Amino acid sequence: MNAPESKDTFKVVGTRPIRPDGVEKVTGKAIFGPDYKASNMLFGAIVRSPHPHARVRGIDTKKAEAVAGVHACVTGADFPTLEDTIIRMGESAGSTTDMSQNVMAQGTVFYDGHAVAAVAATSQEAADEAAALIEVDYEVLPHVIDINDAFKQDAPVIHKDQRQTGLGEGEKAGPNVSTKFVMANGEMAKALEGAAATVSEHYSLLPVHQGYIEPHACVATWKADGKIDIWCSSQGAFNIRMLTASFLHLEIGRIRVMPLEIGGGFGGKNSVYIEPVAALLSKKSGRPVRLAMSRSDVFRATGPAPGAEIDVTLGADADGKLVAADVTFKYSAGAFRGTDAMTGVMHAISQYLVPAFSVTGWEVICNMPKHAAYRAPGAPQVNFAVESAMNELADELGLDPLDIRIKNAVAPGMPSMMGTPFGEIGLVECLEAAKVHPHYSAPLGPNQARGVACGTWMNFGGPSTASVSIAEDGSVLVAEGNPDIGGSRASMAMMAAETFGISYDEINVTIADTSSIGFSMMTGGSRTTFATGKAVVEAAQAVIEILCERAAKMLEVDVGDVEWMDGEAVSKSAGKRLTLKEIAVKSGATGGPISFEKGVNPLDHLPGYGVHICDTEVDPETGHVTVTRYTAVQDVGRAIHPAYVEGQLQGGAVQGIGWALNEAYIYNKDGTLDNAGFLDYRMPVASDMPMIDTVMIEKPNPAHPYGVKGVGEVSIVPPLAAVGAAVGNAIGKPMRDLPISPDRVYSAMNGKG
Amino acid sequence: MSKIHVTTTVNGDEREFLCTPGQTLLDVLRGELGMTGSKEGCGSGDCGACTVVLDGEMVCSCLVLAGEAQGRSVSTIEGVAEGSQLHPIQQKFLEHAALQCGFCTPGFIVAAKSLLDRNPDPTETEVRYWLAGNLCRCTGYDKIIKAVMDAAAELRQERTAA
Amino acid sequence: MPPTAYHAPETIEQAVNLLSGDASARPLAGGTDLVVQIRSGRAAPGAIVDLKRIAKLREIRREGEGFAIGAAVPCTALKDNAALAAAWPGVVEAANLIGSVQVRNRATMAGNLCNASPAADSVPALVAAGATCIVVGPSGEREVSVEQIPAGPGATSLKSGEFVAEIRLPGPAKGGSDAYLRSIPRTEMDIAVVGAGASIALDGNGTCTAARISIGAAAPTVLLVEDAGKALVGTKLDDAAIDKMMEAVRAACNPIDDKRGTAEYRTAMAGILAKRVVQIACERAGGNS
Repeated sequence: MNAPESKDTFKVVGTRPIRPDGVEKVTGKAIFGPDYKASNMLFGAIVRSPHPHARVRGIDTKKAEAVAGVHACVTGADFPTLEDTIIRMGESAGSTTDMSQNVMAQGTVFYDGHAVAAVAATSQEAADEAAALIEVDYEVLPHVIDINDAFKQDAPVIHKDQRQTGLGEGEKAGPNVSTKFVMANGEMAKALEGAAATVSEHYSLLPVHQGYIEPHACVATWKADGKIDIWCSSQGAFNIRMLTASFLHLEIGRIRVMPLEIGGGFGGKNSVYIEPVAALLSKKSGRPVRLAMSRSDVFRATGPAPGAEIDVTLGADADGKLVAADVTFKYSAGAFRGTDAMTGVMHAISQYLVPAFSVTGWEVICNMPKHAAYRAPGAPQVNFAVESAMNELADELGLDPLDIRIKNAVAPGMPSMMGTPFGEIGLVECLEAAKVHPHYSAPLGPNQARGVACGTWMNFGGPSTASVSIAEDGSVLVAEGNPDIGGSRASMAMMAAETFGISYDEINVTIADTSSIGFSMMTGGSRTTFATGKAVVEAAQAVIEILCERAAKMLEVDVGDVEWMDGEAVSKSAGKRLTLKEIAVKSGATGGPISFEKGVNPLDHLPGYGVHICDTEVDPETGHVTVTRYTAVQDVGRAIHPAYVEGQLQGGAVQGIGWALNEAYIYNKDGTLDNAGFLDYRMPVASDMPMIDTVMIEKPNPAHPYGVKGVGEVSIVPPLAAVGAAVGNAIGKPMRDLPISPDRVYSAMNGKG
Repeated sequence: MSKIHVTTTVNGDEREFLCTPGQTLLDVLRGELGMTGSKEGCGSGDCGACTVVLDGEMVCSCLVLAGEAQGRSVSTIEGVAEGSQLHPIQQKFLEHAALQCGFCTPGFIVAAKSLLDRNPDPTETEVRYWLAGNLCRCTGYDKIIKAVMDAAAELRQERTAA
Repeated sequence: MPPTAYHAPETIEQAVNLLSGDASARPLAGGTDLVVQIRSGRAAPGAIVDLKRIAKLREIRREGEGFAIGAAVPCTALKDNAALAAAWPGVVEAANLIGSVQVRNRATMAGNLCNASPAADSVPALVAAGATCIVVGPSGEREVSVEQIPAGPGATSLKSGEFVAEIRLPGPAKGGSDAYLRSIPRTEMDIAVVGAGASIALDGNGTCTAARISIGAAAPTVLLVEDAGKALVGTKLDDAAIDKMMEAVRAACNPIDDKRGTAEYRTAMAGILAKRVVQIACERAGGNS
């Protein structure tokens, strides 16, 4: 089914109904990860390494086991030895042995906060007391945190025999290099030689955390029949099932994961941290076990997104057409390999058509928590560098920063970095909308300046399942396998209502557990409204077909004579119509229950593009930056529920602003995290922000029944360079290092930057 | 360790519980009293997800020892709606899509109500500073601020009508 | 170990007895520092002595021309006292920069002082104002200047069993006012990277007759910079005097590089904030700087 040509044909899509789970969430009734309790449950506590790198010579749990109320202790020795295999999880992938070790150290701790042991007891107090009594004998090893240091040939070795991919024939890299990934086209040297203007600069960023407000928590019970039930919040219950099964060496069918409401993820809840540990504690104790992270645990042991060191050279002709782009970056990976370097390469210059390009991404292991996906993983860092260079290039050529982007923007039919032609993408429309937006020409006050940047995220499709069933009174029930992190129940209900031709309120959406619906890839990659939405629509269409067959039986006409219109089966020849309810109540007599489960695997998603305009005011004496106005323009395909699409644009923009201005992982010289809390990990607060204006450009994806493109991730990509340019323009010095904290602005203003 | 016996009022109901000297009001609300609407995002007073009103003033319940609640009056998110009748702030949060994941939402609603109970006509800046102790990572605050401003306007109208 | 006892005495005498009878006991005022420290394991008091049920410690009273503020008075209550807010706007503002509204509904100035962080927001303002505190303990009651309480980061000069029962502010000087500013990366919820307080008095001609300048987070304890005050007294707060004052402030700084800021930035900002607080205090005092 192709996208209808005009959205005016829609009755539900494009409206702003109240989300189905809304009342539960505004009244405090919704059950999130930390809220679930099981009968006779024990409380767990995890012992974490105080060292960034150490060999674990021994763990003595005797004293802990003697504490009253303690029922089980678990260490790395309780985890089965695994054969190393690579598991793909959409945006990310990982090795089973790496990820299992990340859940609990098995001989060596690789970062401050790495889990080494766990205990379960009848109360949290007893568990905490016992955890403090677990004695771990550490042999401290040299550590390395900084990317440049970790990259060196003589850096402290984190993993002996580090698996290294992508190195050329005979190429030697330092012991902590895990990946080199290159994409190149054309003759770089020649192209640069012919350039009328070039910019060649270095940029850097520190690791940042996803910053979801809900800490990870779960309850697991290992039942007498050897089956395991897990209640947790995650971005993908199926992911938790698969990873838990892998680490514990179990068949997938033995594990059932019940999704609880999730309090934010942004990529950081694709990973598994505590569920296998809770399962093992439950196996040993014979009772359900709850494990919950503290905020400090979350900062020390989960997330973050890579820090980066990036070199960019851009060359353009006198008109501002790019002739060459040479980008080399190093991304940190934390203690184990990740995949952001690859996505970084793929998004480095993919918003522009550049005849000669070379993009090289290095991934470097260091003594930090294994990095996790964070909203458009890998894209914002390199985008900050390339878009900042693009702004510097525009300045050098005396061009308007939006004009230079319009000259170079990719458009439908042009080749992507891979060479395949782009489909119906909307970057040019976004740039043009930004150009005519009143914000772009609004006058600026003293010490204020404006910056712009554009950015992209590839989006994703992939496997999803949805089922639609009709209850005996005609109620429509939709079940999906993707958690609702930001209103997706509403968008599923809306697409189902639109397909059935009934009202939104008549659809009931459930997030099903892993044993109650077919496989659905995690909520990530901006894939859910696109792929799971497609599954919902196709399941609804299949149910409509059944309804038409039943109606034909009831009306005693040929099924070919029955058409589905506005929620009713219509027989033109008989001149009769039957409502959904009328068909449902008779279903017992016409063939039994009416339902359909549909699995889909669409890969015809389209990338999204955004253009952000940022105004900042800089205190000329102190270097304090205030964001005074902000506008986010994005091609959203089609906004199913525009309010929640705007919310994605606004939320991503503010995360990006936080990344640009104040957020950073700060390690001290001992290699321990110095700001493992919301006090000193400075995410934006309400008083820091202006309203975030949004402009939704709707250029539908023809491959989706309602034209959906993913919208969740693009919005975090442009803010870094947009904020950087605004501050740079305000003080007359480019800001090439994030975060742009007041002391850095002060130094730059005083010639020390 | 001997536990402390505490009698307190929660959302108008007299409640009794036993707690240890180190337990916080949030621990008891979520644990002993089974009211999980107040959330723990940080345990250090930096996120506001556990905001409750204690004797008329909003506080982070993670920074209040449970023993301190003796004889006090506590209002939580569970007491904001009257039965199935949502408070206008709750209704406006829904209408403005002022929540995405919804985890910070109870804290925001309790804090916003505390503001509007004393200042029926706050400026945007006043709302932003009042809510600065409540972290939201999903929305960028835009729709939250609009929902609170709109709820304030509606409450003013209700008062005028009354 | 978590605390094993919670006491809520109703008189100062009971509190003194509880605290002096148990070396592991800690007084609890607002709890916004202590509870966090207990939860994170940075503090492990055996017993907690809650001061908030002592009626006298929940009061703000006039004490001659000045004010006596009980140790359990939350920061937001300071704003509600019109006389106090008019007399010492800088102190009241400083106390109302701490944390969030939720935090300020609990946090107290006495707690802010006794937590002994060099970055405590209310303390530079209190020091500039010439505040004192009433310390009670097993050997009775004594009055000491506020700047004598912190001994270093997290350490106080209080003896075993002692606690601060009251903070006392003098009556404002004739033609005088005060101000406090801090530098933080965000607009709220941060610990001061550096802070500065000023209390200024002007005569009818706009000549500065008294000046106390204090800085926070620029040394192990909050500092009263006497030379900075001296640079202003007798002047009309002209540019030269302000420059000299800023120089004295920067010279007094002895900060560290840490996660919140560099020593260099702190020193530079101490001077700038001192200039700004002098300007604000001067405007409030009726002068125009």
